[in-house]
Amino acid sequence: MQASIRDTFFEECEELLEAMVEGLGVIDEGQYDSETVNAVFRAVHSIKGGAGAFGLTDLVSFAHTFETVFDEVRSERLPVTPELVAVLFRAGDQLATLVEAARDETGIDEVPRDAVLKELKSYLDEPEEVHGGAEAGPPGGFQPMTLDFSALALPMAGGADGPLAGGESFAAPELPAAPAEHLFDIRFQPDRALIANGHEPMLLIRALSELGTLAVTAQSEELPAFDELDPEECYLKWSMTLRSESDRAAVEKIFEFVEGLCSLDISEIGGDTPAAAPAAPAAPTPSALPSAAASAPRPAAPAAPQAPPAAAPAAAPPPRPRAAADEDAKAKAGAHQARATLRVELDRVDRLINTVGELIINQAMLSQRIAELELPKGADAEVELEDYKLLAREIQEGVMAIRAQPVKPLFQRMARIVREACTATGKRARLVTVGDHTEVDKTVIERLSDPLTHMIRNSIDHGLEKPEKRRDVGKDPEGEVRLSASQRSGSIFIEIADDGAGLNRPKILEIAMSKGLVPQNAELSDAEIDNLIFAAGFSTATEVSNLSGRGVGMDVVRTSIQQLGGRVSIASETGKGTTLTIILPLTLAVMDGMVVSVRGQTMVVPIASVLETIRPKEGDVHRIGSDEEVLSIRGSYVPIIDVAASLGMHGQGKSLSSSVLILVETEQRGQCALALDAIHDQRQVVIKSLDRSFGDIPGVSAATILGDGKIALIIDPDGVAQIAGRRSEAGPSSAPVMEFFDE
Amino acid sequence: MTKVLAIDDSRTIRNLLRMSLENAGFEYHCAEDGRLGVDAFPEVQPDVVITDINMPNLDGYGVIDELRRGPNATKVPIIVLTTESSDELKARAREAGATGWIVKPFDDASLISVLKRLTGHAA
Repeated sequence: MQASIRDTFFEECEELLEAMVEGLGVIDEGQYDSETVNAVFRAVHSIKGGAGAFGLTDLVSFAHTFETVFDEVRSERLPVTPELVAVLFRAGDQLATLVEAARDETGIDEVPRDAVLKELKSYLDEPEEVHGGAEAGPPGGFQPMTLDFSALALPMAGGADGPLAGGESFAAPELPAAPAEHLFDIRFQPDRALIANGHEPMLLIRALSELGTLAVTAQSEELPAFDELDPEECYLKWSMTLRSESDRAAVEKIFEFVEGLCSLDISEIGGDTPAAAPAAPAAPTPSALPSAAASAPRPAAPAAPQAPPAAAPAAAPPPRPRAAADEDAKAKAGAHQARATLRVELDRVDRLINTVGELIINQAMLSQRIAELELPKGADAEVELEDYKLLAREIQEGVMAIRAQPVKPLFQRMARIVREACTATGKRARLVTVGDHTEVDKTVIERLSDPLTHMIRNSIDHGLEKPEKRRDVGKDPEGEVRLSASQRSGSIFIEIADDGAGLNRPKILEIAMSKGLVPQNAELSDAEIDNLIFAAGFSTATEVSNLSGRGVGMDVVRTSIQQLGGRVSIASETGKGTTLTIILPLTLAVMDGMVVSVRGQTMVVPIASVLETIRPKEGDVHRIGSDEEVLSIRGSYVPIIDVAASLGMHGQGKSLSSSVLILVETEQRGQCALALDAIHDQRQVVIKSLDRSFGDIPGVSAATILGDGKIALIIDPDGVAQIAGRRSEAGPSSAPVMEFFDE
Repeated sequence: MTKVLAIDDSRTIRNLLRMSLENAGFEYHCAEDGRLGVDAFPEVQPDVVITDINMPNLDGYGVIDELRRGPNATKVPIIVLTTESSDELKARAREAGATGWIVKPFDDASLISVLKRLTGHAA
């Protein structure tokens, strides 16, 4: 089996599982119709069907039981109760687990599987045995067989003693070592319905002729005059003699679908004949000819002397009209298939995105060239350039939209995480999702799954109180985890909010101190304490719980979000709950940047991290100690960071007070003011990764190419703030030194 | 080339069919549900139709019924592809006008031999 088809199956399973969970959610809310129920049924059914094709018996077996219960719901024999819905959800989760196990080829945990199976079967009249491992066959009526002839009650191969409608039966001979020769007398008269159901007598006769030597006589006496002929009716009947090495089962198989649509009489003449002389020289299939070792021909059977097989096609009714296979129809059919969606290799999209990146750069260069020409205002070239910019932007957004996908499936998967987390902790929670149509880059969605899972587990494990405690404080015993997504000013916001107890700050601080994450006498603001949960090596659970304590902490969550160019923040209110916010860039390839100069070098600051730009007045800058300066802004002080010094640039810059300051929000140090020489422009820049050539450079996240063709580094405000923080602790000499080429 | 129109809402099954059919020299066309299948029929003009039973929008019985009795009524063979092999299903499919049936999971050889038999296709 081709691996790609297997991959497609598991991809499709993901979609089917999503559809199933969505449908179950609607059923749970009570506002569903028969189509909702059908959709869930189909999803489970399709997983079973596909799993059968790949021989995934565990999956087939479970899906079958699940589907059977659901069929009861579908046919309204089983009333939908909250208990049943809960079981269906668990079955859905289990199905997802089995799909994953099949995909990853890992073993399955039979205990929970069998528990769910038992629950499912309690809804069925005849409880089925719980099946064990892969060696157990699938239960119930589903047999992974290929073709079913049971309706025909066929005799076993080699025998010829099966019951036959209207036919005599002959004793079966013992199995000969050499292929035996059989002689069949076949009388075949199609009913009108045979033709109406799409059968073609000529094709049946042709299939028979492929079994051996066939002699056919068409009986056309019932054929009416031409003007009385009904083209839908079959007036012909045939009597045939077949000499073949194939047994009766093979002959009957040819007629397997026409039983009941014709009068058919198959009888085998005599017993086996070791070999017989060819009945006709013009046999249609020479390969089926009997061997040359011919013995005396048997006495002719009643129907034996017949016309040669060549007569058969002539006697058959005219072939049905067939449309010309013109290329046009083919093209139209192709268009039809493409109507709904088009599956494109991700590689192609990414190549396109790269090319669009180049286009944006090219557009920036063109703008620059035209600006250098100093054309009169409103010159045609400038007007056209504006159009070009608009078009380029539209193309870029269009290409990005190809990669964008709604977060809905991701959010839906989290419902399962919530249920599992509740089971593991004995808490009760419901997941509320908001804005799940928000679209996010495919890669981002894929890489959000793990952090989100962890954050939601955390919210339930550490955030929500136990049901009895919640009742005591006057809350709904069922907690709420609200997962929302929205797009605001070029960023995606994803919030995970619980209505639990809020962070226990004294405890967090105590743990942080005991682990040496903060000095014993540190005085931290609430926000700083809250952010300690992101510190590496921090874990609030005194014992490693079986849920969130899986060896990763919130620091891992933050790192993975940062790798996506995003950030996480936390807000907590005691007794009311905790909200974690993930802020992500809309795309990974292009961003809005502020073009600045730092000691003669052109650099870019991501707009997403810029809070405001400030040209400080004389009295706003205060010096602390010998090396540090702070900015006084609206009554509070923020550290001023000399970007050039942090990046280790040589030479003397402007004095800080004559610089331009950009106020940014950083993870470790809160708000900081980045000191730069000048701000030039604000524009879209194409992100070019430096990782491959230069590795990780502290303070620099990537590079870009500007309109004048020069390369500019993109500043990572967090990194710069971190370097500056270390510098102020250890003295200026510890700064990394970065060599810049003179221009 | 013998043209097959496969109507199935499962991408996996469609892929498997495509692989089997194209290997055997059939021209493969597909539709993702019953309604699309019936709509595609006059454009594709297939020599044989393979249809699933459980599908959104229009189920397999509906597909057969429309193809046999709808405005573009046809006599081309229609094969039902199903995971279930009950006599009830066969009787119902037969009554609607199905030509034959294949039980999923199917193996290539059986599928192709049935198709050849019903269409006279020579690989």
